[in-house]
Amino acid sequence: MPGAANEFNEELAKAGRVADFLELGELFAKDALVREESAGGHFREEYQTAEGEAQRRKEFQFVSAWEYKGAPKDAELHKEELVYENIEVKERSYK
Amino acid sequence: MNLTLQIWRQKNAEAKGKIVEYPIKDISPDMSFLEMLDILNRQLITNGDTPVAFDHDCREGICGSCSLYINGEAHGPDRRVTTCQLHMRKFKDGDTIFIEPFRADAFPVIKDLVVDRSAFDRIQHAGGFISVNTSGNTQDGNSIPISKHDADEAMDAATCIGCGACVASCKNSSAMLFVGAKVSQYALLPQGQIEATDRVQNMVAQMDLEGFGNCTNTGACEVECPKGISLETIARMNRELIKASVKS
Repeated sequence: MPGAANEFNEELAKAGRVADFLELGELFAKDALVREESAGGHFREEYQTAEGEAQRRKEFQFVSAWEYKGAPKDAELHKEELVYENIEVKERSYK
Repeated sequence: MNLTLQIWRQKNAEAKGKIVEYPIKDISPDMSFLEMLDILNRQLITNGDTPVAFDHDCREGICGSCSLYINGEAHGPDRRVTTCQLHMRKFKDGDTIFIEPFRADAFPVIKDLVVDRSAFDRIQHAGGFISVNTSGNTQDGNSIPISKHDADEAMDAATCIGCGACVASCKNSSAMLFVGAKVSQYALLPQGQIEATDRVQNMVAQMDLEGFGNCTNTGACEVECPKGISLETIARMNRELIKASVKS
């Protein structure tokens, strides 16, 4: 890493961005592991319907908001409940 | 292409800067000027040297981040382009290229080729906006009829990306092309009328406070402006300013 921390240092800023991407990537993976269902682009093979479609699970009907606690492994999950008034939540088939 | 680069190196705002020579080899004429500098920086980093700091972001001529005074011209020898859109084919094999920062008292050097252009932000904050009530009852802007002539002129002024080439090119380090563009884009449209008096007075006051010079109609700014902003915007700004002084 060229230069020092206490000066205008674009290379250090780039390294910081790479670190951000890695940490965010780790948090994404953690979130995907916790969400034991399939939904849209988040597809887990063990959670699929007989037709191979995304299998939704009622207990995961929430938005995950991860609180920053330093390292991604320490991030704390806050659940924001999803309340649907006008639509019925069900598995879809695009076949 | 093999080139000799003469680049302004300056450690920080307080340090004394100097031109340093860097030979560079095997540059493709299809590269942009900034890609050529990327190659140089890769060489410098590989050799354990400090890379040359320069501003860049979108690399497609719309963000206004890139600057550079290249062979004595803001954004280099090409016309109507920013430095990121300047291609190495505009130079010849064996050329010596001088690369300096945009120079003006109001644009102090941060490091090497990076200058602090936040004076432009402060001018914008002083009046480069309109205040709109977004309560839900706001009239759709598209439903307000505007003459084709005014719409075109406003759009032409609004293409200013705030890069500061006008200031760097001006012998007086004047920012009047920039401020003229920002005042014009609102002065020509109905949405800009309500705050017109305060806008022009506050923006011009901030421009003077930042230490920019005034216009003496040389027109270098218009020639070097990558967006082709017209000197007419300066005339319009002065007209708006006189109008405001009579009103207030």
